[in-house]
Amino acid sequence: MKSYLPSVYVVERDPNRCIQCKVCVNQCTFDANYFDEEEGVVKSHEENCVDCHRCVAFCPTNALTVRRNPLEYRTNANWRAEVIEDILKQAETGGMLLTGMGSDKPYPIYFDHLLLNASQVTNPSIDPLREPMELSTYLGRKPERVEFDASGRVKTPFAPQIKIETPIMFSAMSYGAVSLRVQQSLAQAAMELGTLWNTGEGGLHPSLAKYASNTIVQVATGRFGVHSEYLRAPQIIEIKIGQGAKPGIGGHLPGEKVTDDVSRTRMIPMGTDALSPAPHHDIYSIEDLRQLIYAIKEATGYTKPVSVKIAAVHNTAAIASGMVRAGADIIVIDGLRGATGAAPKAIRDNVGIPIELALASVDTRLRQEGIRNQASIVASGGIRSSGDVAKAIALGADAVNIGTAALIALGCHVCQQCHTGKCAWGICTSDPVLTKRINPELGAERLVNLVRGWSLEVKDILGGMGVNAIESLRGNRLHLRGVDLTDTEMDILGVRMAGS
Amino acid sequence: MRDLRLLNNRYGDDRVFDGCSIFGVMDTSGGLIGADVPIRAIDLMRDRDNGLGGGFAAYGLYPEHEDSYAFHIMYSSRAGQRETEEYLGEWFTIAEAEPMDVDPSALPNTPAMYRYFASPKANELRGGDTEQYVSDRTMKINTSIGDSFVFSSGKNMGVFKGVGHPFDVARFFRLEQYSGYIWTAHGRFPTNTPGWWGGAHPFGLLDWTVVHNGEISSYGINQRFLEQYGYQCSLQTDTEVITYAVDLLVRRHGLPIEVAAKALAPPFWSDMDQLCADEREMVTALRLTYGGLLLNGPFTIIIARKGEMVGLTDRIRLRPLVVGTQGNKVLLSSEESAMRLVCPDLDETWIPVGGEPVVARLGQVPTGGETWEGAEVFAGAH
Ligand code: SF4
Ligand code: SF4
Repeated sequence: MKSYLPSVYVVERDPNRCIQCKVCVNQCTFDANYFDEEEGVVKSHEENCVDCHRCVAFCPTNALTVRRNPLEYRTNANWRAEVIEDILKQAETGGMLLTGMGSDKPYPIYFDHLLLNASQVTNPSIDPLREPMELSTYLGRKPERVEFDASGRVKTPFAPQIKIETPIMFSAMSYGAVSLRVQQSLAQAAMELGTLWNTGEGGLHPSLAKYASNTIVQVATGRFGVHSEYLRAPQIIEIKIGQGAKPGIGGHLPGEKVTDDVSRTRMIPMGTDALSPAPHHDIYSIEDLRQLIYAIKEATGYTKPVSVKIAAVHNTAAIASGMVRAGADIIVIDGLRGATGAAPKAIRDNVGIPIELALASVDTRLRQEGIRNQASIVASGGIRSSGDVAKAIALGADAVNIGTAALIALGCHVCQQCHTGKCAWGICTSDPVLTKRINPELGAERLVNLVRGWSLEVKDILGGMGVNAIESLRGNRLHLRGVDLTDTEMDILGVRMAGS
Repeated sequence: MRDLRLLNNRYGDDRVFDGCSIFGVMDTSGGLIGADVPIRAIDLMRDRDNGLGGGFAAYGLYPEHEDSYAFHIMYSSRAGQRETEEYLGEWFTIAEAEPMDVDPSALPNTPAMYRYFASPKANELRGGDTEQYVSDRTMKINTSIGDSFVFSSGKNMGVFKGVGHPFDVARFFRLEQYSGYIWTAHGRFPTNTPGWWGGAHPFGLLDWTVVHNGEISSYGINQRFLEQYGYQCSLQTDTEVITYAVDLLVRRHGLPIEVAAKALAPPFWSDMDQLCADEREMVTALRLTYGGLLLNGPFTIIIARKGEMVGLTDRIRLRPLVVGTQGNKVLLSSEESAMRLVCPDLDETWIPVGGEPVVARLGQVPTGGETWEGAEVFAGAH
């Protein structure tokens, strides 16, 4: 069928600079650059370009640039280019439109409407270069009070607690969705940083077992790779109910990605599609969740916190309260802007709510019910900077997860082609040649640099506010002010207008 | 129009900001100290207050009524007084009710001050916790009856405070007629609360009183943490939050004050290695549970209750505190000069380590450089 789709990007190659080295041809995984044998020059199939900048980054003479195709449709606020092109794509292919990464739609980003406070005159700011500044965070259920026996020994039983040195962890990204080398980079970085990485739902590859003390393993709807050793290894076990990019939707790892190694780690036959059902078929209600939580606690002798991850949806506050009462020690809330390796575009761009609102309402609800101490809250989905980290913590999070930001540190340019398996940066692919584009040593170094940089910035933010412990920012919404928000938005966020 | 004298925070800021001078003195043998000691000491530090608040708390005030709860209540209208007295009559047996002996010429815009000696009605108490009963009724008056404010509600103690220099507040209450074995005093430099008598320090609940110099930057989370345990921080002052925090930890959760101090100003994680294993376990348990009560930002506080006076600064001591001892007497002050004025022959003076509580008790005088072991504290407390 003749495609009516215009190319979205144009690749401009400066003929005065190009030395016909073919680097761009080899680097491009989408066949957007090719060598014309007859004419002996490098050219581009622009219609294939996804704007991932791989060729731009590697061209030795800076000959390349990629632009949006200036081609204009007739101005129409309703039938915009994206709308028209989505319809054309579906008319030509049938089926659902798939995409990768988080929603790119311009829903409000509340982090950009919240401003942090600092000390002036009436109290001093604290200089993190001179004074200790504490970011250490303990995840897990806390008691309501502590009791001591007559000799000063702690009498109150404590649920298991996991210490992280900085309140920034890596989001769940499964082996299969990302390559083993990406997981190696994450695990190594987590170990160096004293934080945690998360296997996602694809099992734990034996080569990563050595990072157990910095690992969270997931038990998701497909139960891939779950066995007794898998549950014994990690610090935390996470039940994945949902994901911000695709609430209510399962997963689909195409058979091509299920290589020998993936198949063994996931414990499924090679080449078969790995289908994660939409719901857990043993969790149809909250009491079923309780049973799974306690089944895992029993299986691990109550030695590890059990976390439950959900997508931020309309009733998140009530759901979170139920999860805490069902025994979750940690709840992870993944917002609308959270990313994915593959999701139907209709779901990614239309379902869920922003993390800021979900987080604020969960923290408020748990406090109203007097059960906030019973679980740690982890926020994820759209954390882009240390400022976002500080704001999420002020809204009530104990810690945050970063996924997209971590992949960007590894080279990802957010081209949203993760579902194709052709990631030019070697991240979201299981192609044995492409995955070599990530060097785990260098990958870990880039990740450590990023999280270290952010942690230093969070310390600066704390010091500026005049506090020296992360506990004093957590849930402290007096340190936030809103700009350009309605009264209802500020009410849900629990903040006041800047200037008031 | 709203009467601005009745408002603690008329600009509706998050809370009240102020700087201050504080002073405390205790005779650990229980001997009585005249009011001139705290008055002269706090007056010496006049440049640390701005005339917008001063106050005193004294313990051992009413030995003849030592089993009754002594209520010091301020009224700014007759209607408020009527309503509060009706409410008190409903819940308490009042042994004595009298206007306090004051000199209204000492200060402008003075409210009426009354004193009551009261005991919970047995048929209402129904065998419940007496202190909780008194605390709940006190909070009720302070939060829902207009034009009335309970300065203090403990036994054999009382709070005297108002808007003015501490010296003039003392003149108003004719303070020289009183003596006590503990005195604490406060001079205030508020930046956004021009004049409400109830907002002055000391802040009292039951027989707890707190005087405070500083600004708690963790206020927002301290307040939200306390809300979970039923405390309503209606005054928006740091002192109120600190008082409730101490009340929760010591009275309701039964922790010795030295241990409670480790929740309010915990050691740094990086210093934990220097502690023994038991101590580490204690401090970690406290911090994990009461992290939301960690008082962060600059502060010095003097906490007092029956038989006990405690000084504490924030973890990195961003506000001053000096300790002095002389025989059985223990003095705490923002500035050493104030101690020297009232007690020129001090045996010892020192500046305590940030976050390390200085505890004076009947029969117990602290010494310089003292640190404590949790186990010892427990052995002593039980
Ligand atoms: S990488 Fe650059 S120099 Fe090499 S062929 Fe492509 S455009 Fe030309
Ligand atoms: S991971 Fe790869 S495919 Fe996915 S958005 Fe990033 S660069 Fe593109």
